[in-house]
Amino acid sequence: MENTVLKVEDFSAYFGDNKILKEINLTVTKNIVAALMGPSGCGKTTLIRCVNRMHELIPGTRISGRMRLNDQDIYSMEPIVLRRKVGMVFQKPNPFPTMSIYENVIAGYKLNGIRRPREEFDNIVEQSLKKAALWNEVKDNLHRKGTFLSGGQQQRLCIARALAMNPEILLLDEPTSALDPKSTSQIEELFVELKQNVTMLLVTHNIAQAARVSDVTAFIYLGELVEFGPTEKMFTVPKDKRTEEYLTGKFG
Amino acid sequence: MERHIGVRLVKDMAFKGLICLLAFASALPLFLILYYITKNGIAVIDWSFLLNLPRPIGETGGGIASAIVGTMMLIILSGVISIPFGIATGIYLSENKEGKLSNTVRLCVIVLQGTPSIVIGIIAYIWVVAPLKTFSAISGGIALSIMMLPVIIKTTEETLKLIPYHLKEASLALGVPYYKTILKVVLPAGLSGITTGILLSVARITGETAPLLFTAFGNQFMNLNILKPIDSLPYRIFYYAMSPYPEWHTFAWGASFILVVFTLAFNLIARGISAKWKIQF
Amino acid sequence: MLEEKIIELKKELVEFATLVEAMIMKSIKGLLKKEKTLLHEVIEDEEPNANTFEIKIEELCISVIAQYQPRAKELRTVLMIFKMVSDIERMGDHAVNIADSGLFLITKQPVKPLIDIPRMADETVKSVDDAIKSFINEDAALAKNVCERDDIIDGLQTQIFRELTTFMTSGPTTIERALYLIRMANNLERIADLATNICEDVIFMVEGRVIKHHIEDNNDQ
Repeated sequence: MENTVLKVEDFSAYFGDNKILKEINLTVTKNIVAALMGPSGCGKTTLIRCVNRMHELIPGTRISGRMRLNDQDIYSMEPIVLRRKVGMVFQKPNPFPTMSIYENVIAGYKLNGIRRPREEFDNIVEQSLKKAALWNEVKDNLHRKGTFLSGGQQQRLCIARALAMNPEILLLDEPTSALDPKSTSQIEELFVELKQNVTMLLVTHNIAQAARVSDVTAFIYLGELVEFGPTEKMFTVPKDKRTEEYLTGKFG
Repeated sequence: MERHIGVRLVKDMAFKGLICLLAFASALPLFLILYYITKNGIAVIDWSFLLNLPRPIGETGGGIASAIVGTMMLIILSGVISIPFGIATGIYLSENKEGKLSNTVRLCVIVLQGTPSIVIGIIAYIWVVAPLKTFSAISGGIALSIMMLPVIIKTTEETLKLIPYHLKEASLALGVPYYKTILKVVLPAGLSGITTGILLSVARITGETAPLLFTAFGNQFMNLNILKPIDSLPYRIFYYAMSPYPEWHTFAWGASFILVVFTLAFNLIARGISAKWKIQF
Repeated sequence: MLEEKIIELKKELVEFATLVEAMIMKSIKGLLKKEKTLLHEVIEDEEPNANTFEIKIEELCISVIAQYQPRAKELRTVLMIFKMVSDIERMGDHAVNIADSGLFLITKQPVKPLIDIPRMADETVKSVDDAIKSFINEDAALAKNVCERDDIIDGLQTQIFRELTTFMTSGPTTIERALYLIRMANNLERIADLATNICEDVIFMVEGRVIKHHIEDNNDQ
């Protein structure tokens, strides 16, 4: 289907003998925010890291099942090629400390040795920072190192860095957990605008954030996909009893 | 109650006083050394001393130019050898925390660090001087580089271990291959610590004498050929100090002063770099 | 995000209220002008529309609360909109009743010239209009004013009742028509009452004060 960006089929992940994810099936369509929520240790971070095969960096992991990104099998691709198509933003903002803001945004190109004319890089930097709602705050300081930026600004820089590569999907692993409430709400508003440009898969342990920001939500518990559907419906009339208990705070 | 508090306060002050006294006593010899060297050495320092070659006894003038140039050449030679090997080993150890090879290498580093410098000199003699059938700057460089290695390796490993994993993650998630991540992201981030380590090891070997006795040997002429013997400050000091001539003793003081200045300078630069370039995580 | 949703909710509510206000005016106009089509429109077209609106706005309120956890004034706004929706829907029901009565009355000879009913209808429509205005502009003073004017409308209703009861004693043939007229007046009074409910909700939304059931006057005593 042309509208599907990510298709996960019967996907399981193992750490040694531990089955972390159990036959997950889900589909993410274009230009939406899909949230993965669930209690700590349920496997949602593992799932998102399987999409760009970052979990493979830990020894002793293996997977079964399939994942397709825009109809290409993720596990048949070269991990490096895959990761250039998938953007990732982490919990702790991690701009490269030895690079300026400008260099950080195009780090994906520079570090991979991809050359472009200077004007094109200038354009990419401006567009990415604008999409990340950071342009106005840094446009006069592009060649300074990013260390003077606040936590929220650093995270938006990381978002710009990921966007600069024009990813097919943007993965966000609890991107606002380390930020103060004001920065958190700025970034949440950013997501609502950003989804016109890119599809987003968001892991959050904050139920209210999933409710505010996402179009569809997946509830994962003990490695199983318990429920997956439009956010509005899930938060007003959840289908599964476990979802209801999680939402009302009975566990997690 | 009050009496007990009073006694405790007195004990407190006595203890503090004792600590201060001991600290002062430890620093005292250092100050005395610096004082003596400065007092005796500075009188000899002038441009002719710094720019002239050593002259035979009886002739006036003469200086330590060959020694200064020689020391610099030895530093460059040993650096060229030890820095790449040291950093590479440091990277390897920081990436492989366990494993037979890592543990063996770590053991070797510890052993090497404890090896007396004269033994290293003898080894360099056997490896380089004997086959070449001549003393040479390169053999001195090799000996000194062996001495620099442990410090560089250890500092590199420790610095890189301190760099948080999430920095690597950011690079890997952009599709950057692992080795490039290390070279272009992790190493630059640890540059402050690594440079400090290099400078500290240079400061250390600047004054090493024993290994040079068997290897670089010393040369009263200016020599830039690495396959020939080369002069060095420590050797010059040794040579002049051991001589029976009082003039040459004063030269030895002068050379010692220069050597101390060099060593101090390297140490201070190392600290400065450490402070200025350090990246907080 | 929440702000936009609340703006959307308010827009929907105003649209709904305006539709119902038009229903009321149409049903009175249909009676006065004796136009059957107007009355049928109210009953057959506009009422189902109103019901759809009610369900739509209610669902929107629920999902806004579930997804966005509004607080303070935003919470009061969403809750009051939820409440107002059912009052407005009931106004629509009363408008339908008026249209119904109208369908009967226009086929018959008028009992007496219609003076008071149109006057009462005017006042009622004015109250409804002002209630909507006070919501749009968050005007608590206007809302309070509407509540105070409710007495006038109650007075008109009593007057109409007395007059028509006198008429009914003059002959049994007038009874049926008079009863329909009384029914119409009752419906108008209920509409005005619902308008004051809306105004009380507006005051709570704007100021956080509860003025219903004359609670403030009781507390002062």
